[in-house]
Amino acid sequence: MDNLKKHANNIRKNIVKMVANAKSGHPGGSLSAADILTVLYFEEMNINASNVSSTNRDRFVLSKGHASPCLYATLAEKGLLHEDLLTFRKLDSKLQGHPNMKSVDGVDMSTGSLGQGISAAVGMAIANKVDHNDNRVYALLGDGECEEGQVWEAAMCAAHYKLDNLCAIVDFNGLQIDGNVQDVMNPCPIDQKFAAFGWNVICIDGHDFTQIKDAFANARMCKDRPTMILAKTIKGKGVSFMENNAGWHGVAPNEEQLAQALKELEAND
Amino acid sequence: MAKATREAYGEQLQELVKENEKIVVLDADLSGSTKTAMAKKVAPERFFNIGIAEENMIGVAAGLAASGHPVFASSFAMFATGRCWEQIRNSIAYPELNVKICGSHGGISVGEDGVSHQATEDMAIMRSIPQMRVFCPCDEWETKAIIKHIANDDKPCYVRLGRSAVENFFDENTEFEVGKINVLNRGKKVAIFATGLMVQECMRAVPALRELNMEPTVVDVSCIKPLDEDGVVEILKQHDYIITAEEHSVVGGLGSAICEVACKKHPIQVRRVGIQDEFAQSGSYKDLLKAYKLTDDAIVEVVKEYYESL
Repeated sequence: MDNLKKHANNIRKNIVKMVANAKSGHPGGSLSAADILTVLYFEEMNINASNVSSTNRDRFVLSKGHASPCLYATLAEKGLLHEDLLTFRKLDSKLQGHPNMKSVDGVDMSTGSLGQGISAAVGMAIANKVDHNDNRVYALLGDGECEEGQVWEAAMCAAHYKLDNLCAIVDFNGLQIDGNVQDVMNPCPIDQKFAAFGWNVICIDGHDFTQIKDAFANARMCKDRPTMILAKTIKGKGVSFMENNAGWHGVAPNEEQLAQALKELEAND
Repeated sequence: MAKATREAYGEQLQELVKENEKIVVLDADLSGSTKTAMAKKVAPERFFNIGIAEENMIGVAAGLAASGHPVFASSFAMFATGRCWEQIRNSIAYPELNVKICGSHGGISVGEDGVSHQATEDMAIMRSIPQMRVFCPCDEWETKAIIKHIANDDKPCYVRLGRSAVENFFDENTEFEVGKINVLNRGKKVAIFATGLMVQECMRAVPALRELNMEPTVVDVSCIKPLDEDGVVEILKQHDYIITAEEHSVVGGLGSAICEVACKKHPIQVRRVGIQDEFAQSGSYKDLLKAYKLTDDAIVEVVKEYYESL
């Protein structure tokens, strides 16, 4: 558990460094997802340096593609990405603002336009059924993303085809660009909606490693239904002045703010 | 023998899914009309009906392709391209995934269903996306050649198919060079570049024009993008007046593509026959083609106008 904590903290430090250096990007929703991605890449998924280029392994789709700093930092922490993280969002970098599967091994789908990644994850899960393999597919969505109609088309499809090899996670941090999700366009109750669509739904604290691991184990046990993990998180988690503040959705910290953020994160080392 | 290009697509796809066990076929509740049901019949385990949810169908196609499966995804051209333009751009074309989007009922010849179902901008919007190829075959054999050709590569493309039966201009022994233009009638002074259903209408206009001592060249353009620029320029240079003919808006389709080449390599006057930047309406397909000047008679008039202006 100490290892997971260490990895998640390293990922968070890289997230704020990347976004600050690029002077653009999405720190809030990247920090909220860091613990979930840490468990996925260090405990749950069968991904490693020898199979990263292959499709015959577990796959992850970052449907909330704006959290790309979290994905890149996680791949780097896992030793699967060797690009300089500080090239993020710079000209000619492989680390595009939103993930591009063609430029980075380990990025399993190009995403960024909300609502589309979950459909691709459904397609991958169908492919695993066609190929009769045991690989699993994971997709991370934003709570605001659940306002996209395509999410529900995909939800219907995953249940219809009994995709028990698909596990989606909603990073339920409660905030989107224009404010609280409940105020902008209320997608709640997200858990009851997915349950009504025929999914196995698990509600957890998205910063509690034990709960995250148990939820993935529960998902593996569930047969004939896809699983949705509704993970309650804190937007900007780990950086006090970013926490629960919609203003940090898509704004980069300046030098002073970066120093403050790193000081707080380093205190957790 | 006349056959709709969607029918030819269904027949060819049925053969392909038997030959290649990786191919997966998707449809959005129109498999009887798009003819993907023929593939389902022989490979039901690799056919997935996504229901009336075209955007999800495109995303599912992306996921399947990203897992190594070539995908043929079909719906009406209107919904497959129009409703899903951004899904196609971001989830298929940008990552350059192996998805063949085959839209049936292209153009106004879908008929009585009216404007909501008449794809008249599909080629324009697909052509505008980088890394997308756009095909619009004119008959059964060209359709089959194109479908076989695209099944052998791993890149995305859009194929526009028609609802109504069209005459054959080729036969099963024709050796196609997919991507190149085909000269179907060699004439002089006037050249008509036509695509899809309009190839038939232009070829039907030839005997009437011949009686008037006018012999237009008729060129079948089945690959709108990438356009066979060298072939097109050669035709431009050999003629004095150019006509384009498409069952599609004159904005952004074949006419625009030919004009772009002409502007760049051989400036010449071009008359674009097509839907003149307007919505059509309900009606029998024959009445519609007549009303929107997409018949052999309309082509005859356009060629005559040119000769009379000399």
